[in-house]
Amino acid sequence: MTDTSTDTSTGTDRHPAARTHPAPAAYPLDRDARCPFDPPPELRRLRDQGQAPDKVQLWDGSTPWLVTGYAEQRALLSDPRVSADTRQPSYPFPTAGIRARRDQARTFLSMDDPEHARLRRMVTAPFTIKRVEAMRPAIQRIVDDLLDRMLAGPRPVDLVQAFALPVPSMVICELLGVPYADHDFFQLNSSILVNGRQSEDASRQAQQNLVDYLDTLIGRKLDQPADDLLSKLGQEQVATGTLTRHDLAVTSVLLLVAGHETTANMIALGTAALLEHPEQLAELRAAEDPKLIAGAVEELLRYLTIVHSGRRRVALEDIDVAGRTIRAGDGIVLATDMGNRDADAFPDPDRLDIHREARHHVAFGFGPHQCLGQPLARVELQVVYGTLYRRIPGLRLAVGIDEVPFKHDGLVYGVYELPVTW
Amino acid sequence: MRVTVDQDKCVGSGQCVLAADRVFDQRDEDGIVVLLDPEPPQEVQQDVRRAAMICPALAIDLTD
Repeated sequence: MTDTSTDTSTGTDRHPAARTHPAPAAYPLDRDARCPFDPPPELRRLRDQGQAPDKVQLWDGSTPWLVTGYAEQRALLSDPRVSADTRQPSYPFPTAGIRARRDQARTFLSMDDPEHARLRRMVTAPFTIKRVEAMRPAIQRIVDDLLDRMLAGPRPVDLVQAFALPVPSMVICELLGVPYADHDFFQLNSSILVNGRQSEDASRQAQQNLVDYLDTLIGRKLDQPADDLLSKLGQEQVATGTLTRHDLAVTSVLLLVAGHETTANMIALGTAALLEHPEQLAELRAAEDPKLIAGAVEELLRYLTIVHSGRRRVALEDIDVAGRTIRAGDGIVLATDMGNRDADAFPDPDRLDIHREARHHVAFGFGPHQCLGQPLARVELQVVYGTLYRRIPGLRLAVGIDEVPFKHDGLVYGVYELPVTW
Repeated sequence: MRVTVDQDKCVGSGQCVLAADRVFDQRDEDGIVVLLDPEPPQEVQQDVRRAAMICPALAIDLTD
């Protein structure tokens, strides 16, 4: 296999600096099953050759640049010469499924400014620090109720189904105004969207199912508004003609899916990581200072970086990065899991240390597309990590760590199940 | 220290408010940054530097 591919026709492959390898490494790479919390060893080897970008080869044969350094990732993700537009010809899609639904699932996530900013700002209000802080008591209630039920139930139990998935699902349902009673339906379809191995048809169908569902729901909210985001956006944007009902439905799918898949994985995977670091878990359990819990959340976000298939972009102009030139039209994959393990930004980066100052991590991305829901994710994780291990001090894995099914094939990393007991 | 913010660049991530809530706030309607104190006192300047560093939109400028 050579650097030449149908997707890159700009002549970059003849750029002498790009010729450091006979053939680009395949990406994404596999983790070492014995180190389920660490990025793939081969990716670390690529990184250790220097912070300069290198070409990698994706599932479709295309060869975008892979950027592993923290500083380079921040620079590129905030560079207006770098596009997040999935309609760019060499956009490096993570899977065939995502490529198949690129038009069907088009939101501000895959647009550039000024269109991106205009649409994003329509949905930012409920995610301000003030509004999210006001939700903390409701989130605490949800967490307490779920733990009451779990403690009264049988052991062992799958923490994912009993706790990690319901917490963010219930929270985002309350915020959007989606009936939680429909959770089997939307959780199933969401899980298809974030599974890297689903067929194009299954992926398109899952997207369509969710759009249809939310479109119907928005119709009901337009008739009978309630105190929730879908009603508010229906009245402010759809009724005034700023957005079509369909566009709002597509954006709502993004909020619903992003609102629970990621946080659920952070809860379960974070718990698995803490159970493997019992001394840090003990400190977290004994913590009186909410700042220690907030710091632990940031460190777990950094250490685990569950969005592990890279942020995807395209260069609009030639850009020099650490001694290489990324040509206009080249695809770029920014491996933020590696950026978050960059020793220049995080000393001793492979060590989980809940006392570390980690808030500058790029687990939520960086630049204009940085996660919209991050304040909500933070508060949910602070409440969860601050409650779960105190309520159940004897919490432990009910199977060996090597028997836990990790989501090696997921677009978002995590565990499919986490059997626990106490 | 003198602080300026660029509301056009701001993406409403709220990171600055978490870092230094005496200096930064957000508009209720869209989460865009509001500067509360353009000349913050010594004791919060470290937090303000942190806010400028973690702002994903590079919307905070500092001059000494």
